[in-house]
Formats: sequence, C-alpha cells, structure tokens
Amino acid sequence: MSQSADVTLEVAENVGRRSHLARRMLKNPTGLFAIIVIALLILMAALAPLLTSQDPDYADIRNILASPSAEHLLGTDSAGRDVWARLVFATRYSLLGAALATFLAAAIGVTSGLIAGYYGRWFESVSAWLTSLVMALPGLVVLLAARAVIGPTLWGAMAIFGVLLAPAFYRLTHAAVMGVRNELYVDAARVAGVKDPSIIGRHILTVVRAPVIIQAAIVTLIAIAIQAGLGFIGMSDPTIPTWGGMLNDAFTKMYQQPLLLVWPASIIALASVAFALFANALRDELERSAKPKKVKGKAKAAVNAEGAAAEVHAETEAAPRDLLLEVDGLVVGYDQPDGSLTQVVNGVSLTVRKGEVHGLIGESGSGKTQTAFSILGLLPEGGRVAAGSIVFDGVELTGKSAKQMRRIQGKRISYVPQEPMSNLDPSFTIGSQLVEPMRETLGISGKEAKARALDLLAKVGLPDPEKTFRSYPHQVSGGQAQRVLIAGAISCEPDLIIADEPTTALDVTVQADILDLLRGLQQELGVAVLLVTHNFGVVADLCDRVSVMQKGRIVETGPARSIFAGPRHAYTQSLFDAILEDGAARGALSHSSDRHVNAGGAK
Amino acid sequence: MVQFTLRRLGAGVVLLFAITTIAYLLLYLSGGDIARQILGQTATEETVAKKAEELGLNEPLVPRYIDWLGNALHGDFGRSWFSSQPVAETITSRLAVTLTLVVGTVLISALVSIALGVWAARKRGWVDRLIQVLSILGFAIPSFLIAILLVNVFALNLGWFQPTGYTRWSASPAGWLESVTLPIIALSIGAVAAVAQQVRGSVIDAQRQDWVRTLRSRGVRENKVIYKHVLRNAGGPALAVLALQFVGLLGGTLIVEQIFAIPGIGPLTIQSTTQGDIPIVMGVVVATGVVVVVVNLVFDLLQGFLNPKVRLS
Repeated sequence: MSQSADVTLEVAENVGRRSHLARRMLKNPTGLFAIIVIALLILMAALAPLLTSQDPDYADIRNILASPSAEHLLGTDSAGRDVWARLVFATRYSLLGAALATFLAAAIGVTSGLIAGYYGRWFESVSAWLTSLVMALPGLVVLLAARAVIGPTLWGAMAIFGVLLAPAFYRLTHAAVMGVRNELYVDAARVAGVKDPSIIGRHILTVVRAPVIIQAAIVTLIAIAIQAGLGFIGMSDPTIPTWGGMLNDAFTKMYQQPLLLVWPASIIALASVAFALFANALRDELERSAKPKKVKGKAKAAVNAEGAAAEVHAETEAAPRDLLLEVDGLVVGYDQPDGSLTQVVNGVSLTVRKGEVHGLIGESGSGKTQTAFSILGLLPEGGRVAAGSIVFDGVELTGKSAKQMRRIQGKRISYVPQEPMSNLDPSFTIGSQLVEPMRETLGISGKEAKARALDLLAKVGLPDPEKTFRSYPHQVSGGQAQRVLIAGAISCEPDLIIADEPTTALDVTVQADILDLLRGLQQELGVAVLLVTHNFGVVADLCDRVSVMQKGRIVETGPARSIFAGPRHAYTQSLFDAILEDGAARGALSHSSDRHVNAGGAK
Repeated sequence: MVQFTLRRLGAGVVLLFAITTIAYLLLYLSGGDIARQILGQTATEETVAKKAEELGLNEPLVPRYIDWLGNALHGDFGRSWFSSQPVAETITSRLAVTLTLVVGTVLISALVSIALGVWAARKRGWVDRLIQVLSILGFAIPSFLIAILLVNVFALNLGWFQPTGYTRWSASPAGWLESVTLPIIALSIGAVAAVAQQVRGSVIDAQRQDWVRTLRSRGVRENKVIYKHVLRNAGGPALAVLALQFVGLLGGTLIVEQIFAIPGIGPLTIQSTTQGDIPIVMGVVVATGVVVVVVNLVFDLLQGFLNPKVRLS
C-alpha cells in the first residue's frame, strides 16, 4: 500500500528553496498537465450545480439508456438519470471522499510519526507494531468487513481507509525525523533553549513537507481507486452518485449501451493518472533530476590537451626493459548536458616497462585514478577517452569495445582496488568470486579453479584458506579482503597489475603488510605494476619509476631514485614537504605552492 | 536461520490473533437483526427469537469469542448462517482459486518486471523513458478498469477469450489457461509497474557499486555480471516491493473475480459482508490473515536466500 514511502523519503534531504518549487512545477510540462487536470476536476466538483440543470437523482423510467442529446448531454443511465449530471456530482462526492481519506491518513501518520521520531520510547515501538499490523491487512477486505458493521457509507469507508493508509505517512515522517533529529543544527537549537514544538515546526516539518505532499498525491490516487472499486462491486452508498457507482450501473448494461462505461472509466483513469503524474513531477523537481539532454549529432567538444611539458629525468639503467604499456596524450572527459566536455585528464603520457613498478602519484582529484580506469577500459558512466592512445603490448586499447576489452581484463591487465570491502560482491562467497573469473578467462574446470583459489589464498598470506574460501565478504576484515582482492588480481596471471591506492583504506598496521605482500608477489611473478598512490612513502618503498600527476597532467617523471634525489617541479617538491611535515597524511596537499612556502616556517 | 523463521512465525501468530480479535469485536458490535434477515420478513417473532438463541446471538461477547477461538484452533469455523455450509470447506475451495490467480500474477509480474527493469536500467535513453511513463500509467490506473477494458476488447469484440467464468485445471488445462489469462493480465499490470520501477532503480544503484567494476576487471562476462551479480544484489528491494504488492493483490482480486465471475473468495466476501454472514466473514479474515503471514514468511526466507547478511546473522 505504501511502497512509495521509501522512494519518497530519498528526496527528503534536498528540500529547500521551496518558493521556487511551485514555479518549477508549473514549468515542468508533466507537472503543469497534472495541475491543470486536478484543478479542472476540483472546479467541476465545486461548481457542480452550475454545470448542469438536471437533477442527478431524477429517474425518468420512460427514457432509460438514452443516447446523448441536447437535453441529456451524455445520455441517460439504466434508471433514466442524466449521466452528465451524475458525473459532475459524482466528481464532487468522489473527490471529497478521497480527500477525507488522505487528510485523515496524513493527520494521523504525520502526527504519530513526529511524536515517535522525536520522542521515541514506548510510543515508537507501539506505533511500529501497529504499522506492521495495518500494513499486513488487505485494505479491500477490511473495508468489506467494515461495511458489514457500519453499512454502506462513503464517508465511513473513506475514514477507515484513511486510518489504514496512515502508515504510509507515519513511516515517511518517522524516518525523516530520525534523520534530522540528530543533525547538528537541531542539536544547536535544542542547546540554545528552543522549545520542542518550535524545533519540530521550524526544522522538522520543513524537511517532511514536500515528501508528505508527494505521498498525499499517491494516497489520494489509491483512495480514488479503492473507492471506485467499492462502488463498482455495488458496495458504495446507493443514495449518492459516485464514479464507482456509475461504473457499476454501466457494467451491467455493457451490452446495451457500452458508451455508458466510457465516462466514469475515463474520469477515474484521468484523475488517477493526474495524481500519479503530479507526485512524479514533484519528486523529479525535488531531486532536480532534469535529465541531461543528449546533444543531437556527434559534434564532439573540443579537446584541450595542451600544457607545460613534464620534467623528464633521464633513465639511469643501462639497458631499459621492453615497453609494456605506452600511454600517449590521454585525455579523459565527461560529457555534460550542454554538450561540453569536462576534462579530468588533460593529455597524460606515461610508459610502464615489463616487470617494473611504476608509481603514479598525485593528490585527490589529480586524475590518476581516472587514468588508471581508462587503461583498464572501465571508466565510470558518462566518462570516455576523448583523445590520445593507450598501447598495451603493441595493441591499441582505445576504441576497443567492452566485449573486446573483456579478453584483456583479468588475463593481461588486472586490478587491485582501493576500498577492499566495497569491491567484493556481498552476496557471493569469496571462493566463488575467485573461481568464477578463472573458469571464464583461463577456461579451467571448477575443481581446478578451486584448487588454484586455495593456493592463491595461501600465497597471499591468509592463515586458513579453506575458511576464507567459504566466507562471505562481510565475515572477513578489511586487510583480509584486500589480500583476497590481490589474490584475485594475480589469479589469471596478468602482465600488468593496476593497483589503485591499495593501502589507503586500511589500518596503518595492515598497510605495511599489504605493501610487503605486493612487493613479494611482484618480485616472484615478475609482473609489472602501475601503482596509483598519493603517498611518497609507498613510492619510496616499492617503485622503480615515478610519474607525478597534478591537475590531470604529468608534471614530472623518471626513475624513482633520481626524482627523490632531485625533484625539479614545485609540486613534486611540495609533496615531499608534506611527507616530511606530517608523516604522509592525506589531504594536506592542496594549494601546493602556499604549502611549500609555509612549510619551513611553520615548524 | 531456524531461529529467524521461528521468530517470524511467532510474530505472525500474534498478528493473526490481533486481527481476529479486532474483527470479532467489530462484527459483534455491528449486531443488527441477523436472525430476522436469515428467516425473512414472513417469520414470526418466536421463530426469530429461537433462531437467535440457536446462533448464540444472545450470549455476551467474551464467552462467544472464546468459544469461536477454541473451535477455530481445531479448524472448526462454524457454519454459514445463510447456507449452513461449513465455513472451512467453503473457504478452502474458493481460496485455492484466488491463490491460483494471485500466485500466477506474482510470478508473471516478477518475470516481466525483472525483464523491463533491467532493460530500462541498462539501455537508459528512450527505452527507459518509455518504461517510466508506462509504469506511471500502470501504477495509477486501477486493475479493475484494466479488467473492464480487457473484457471489452479481447472477449467481447475480438472473441479471443470467454468473457466470464472459470474452468478448473482438472477439467481442462487449456480451458483453465483461457479463463485465468485476462484476470492475471489485469492484475499484473499494476504490480509490474511498481516492481519494474524498483528493479530499474536497484539495478542502476547496484551497477554503480565498486565490486561491479572489479568483477569486470577480472574478465567476467557482462551477462554474468548483470544477471548473476547485479540482479541478485538488486533483488532484495524489488522483493520487498513485490511482497507489498501481494497484499494489495489480495484486495484487487476481489473485484477482478467479480468482473470475470470467478468463484474465488471475492464474490464470497462481497456476498457475506452484505448479508452480515459473520461466520463466513470471520473465515475470510482468518484466511487472508494466514495467507499474508505465510507469504511474508516466504518473502523473508527469499530475502535470506538472496542476502547472506540476513541469513547468517
């Protein structure tokens, strides 16, 4: 009955700028249409006596089932009553009935939701229980049973239905209040001595207002439907015209005068759709999810890949190893609704040689992760490689389809993510997530894959491979999960591992272990690693060569030793200062130049 | 898991007890001159009084309720005041018909809404917008209006189906299929609209999860990523919506059965409530209560199956 409560809640957070909301609704075509239809229906109900000169209850037995005429605009029904007059008055009663149900539901639901959410305690548990009780009842059965008690009254039925629908508002309000109750500004108001009622009024009601309106539209439509349904099966008050009652009469005369069905059916459908569209449009406006309109044609935005050239340190090795990965002039961007391109990587060039560990270092937002995702062919939705090339082992990767990339992913290039816990599917065991890719990319049997998976789990230093194999992701620690992900990354014997900040999300004590593991595996397997990090400590620990990235560009690149010995770019310098100053903490790297100046004096 | 199931069952029993108590209390208050209604206007005062005595109408509420409850626990729900048929028998045969419709609707809605929801979530663009608009219409328009439309178009005008009536599976499977097709379509549209929206939303959310990228990075095929991993994770919220739809469907079938003249509990409920046939009304209340409790339990178990965190905690 109230599945929409949860959906509606999502928008509870971004209310605000309310004055514009009504205006935005009128500008939204769907919203405008819904508002016009609802307004017309309300006008029809209000002005009913002016819209027809006929008495809706006057039965002319000699003139039944008449076709539309000047006297009877829409003809007459099975009792010879004027259909237009009945329709107009039915609109009045049906809308009033639905309004009664909605009003009661909102009054009960919002009040109890506020009390339960704000004060909690016993009231909350009692309400929760009552809510689940009421929600387990099929509304129509209750209404029918109630009819046996209170007789066929429209108002009684709608009042009871209002009570039955109250949980929709209760859940909505309760959840919203719970969300707001402990917000800082509410605490502040409480500390400042503001009384509860005014906190509720000012801070809490503003949050639930819009979702309550959306819910009210939905509840109204449900009330209209159930009321019409009751009327249709002949359960409504026969003394007043209602949409459902008209439908009932028309249905019995379906063969003689099918047109009779059209009027009540259309108006019920129109009203229901209008309320549904209203709710939907309001929700859209609240979410500001004005969908980005695709720009017609393929007029691609201009790509800008220019900038100062990177500081390149000379190679120190006498005989450098063969090239494995060659990224040249890579530009990554996200298409915007207006057709422009927001660039996050602005012409990155870097090379990774076979078997080397290459550090890609830079602060958050410098584009290093985006670079890594482009090489993997796994940019997030909306992102694309706008220019440049990525050549892996002599093969151009840009422009390859997802399907073609799948043959390279896992088997040739693999990935160790940053956040171990969110990178394992919570619904499957760790074992099955290791076995599945091996069976697919290596084409081995399930039994073989399992044996390999157990070996791998042992190899990455997990004490009880069998147990980990059977565990679900939520049953292991972050450090263990990262070991599992490393096992997954090496499971299909790749040539290149892209490790995206593999230790950032872990406890400091675990970080060192994971780095040791990576180093050990790298040396044992001779695999190349592109290590994305913001931490020069990690680079110093592991990397043969380094590329320093800032604002989507490589500013300095070369052998790690050489860069450590003499950083040339001011940004690289500031990264060093940060590591010296506060022990490789993250986030202190922005405004690099100021930092650089202050670093000495601040000590 | 066993403990979880038992706890859920316990809560269900409490719920059933609460529902029946409230229903009995309300029906008792309704009073009315039932005996007169049963016997008709021509009966004498004496026979009416005798009938009232026979039905136990003169006894106070509490003993009457305890009596009813005691019998109900033994599966004896009394006899209809009007037809004198045993309530349990009348309801079980009709409930089976209703449940056929509802379960059929739930299964079909689940399949169709998964297909539509995943399609909308993956394709986006015009497919997504079209499905969104259809969902709003499907959600807004009451099932009985759709049923009336279907009867008019497919039964009366095109003559593809029988407009009304019900054929038992045992009598003719083809006839049964013909008689349930239109009702199930009419009932499914609203459920599909609601569930497809939820599937779409959850699939879009699940697709953005980090582990989807990691699975792809391992070379797992796209279809496996979507239909095995993403769908399973998106299944929980969709299942919750489907469970709510089920409760709504129990109400919706009442009207749809009336339209198609299907001998489920719908026509029985409508008849018994208008007559004031309290034993039957109570039977219907208990039957729907039991169905709701059992179905919720089934959905909870399905949630546990989908989500190991629910299952293992």
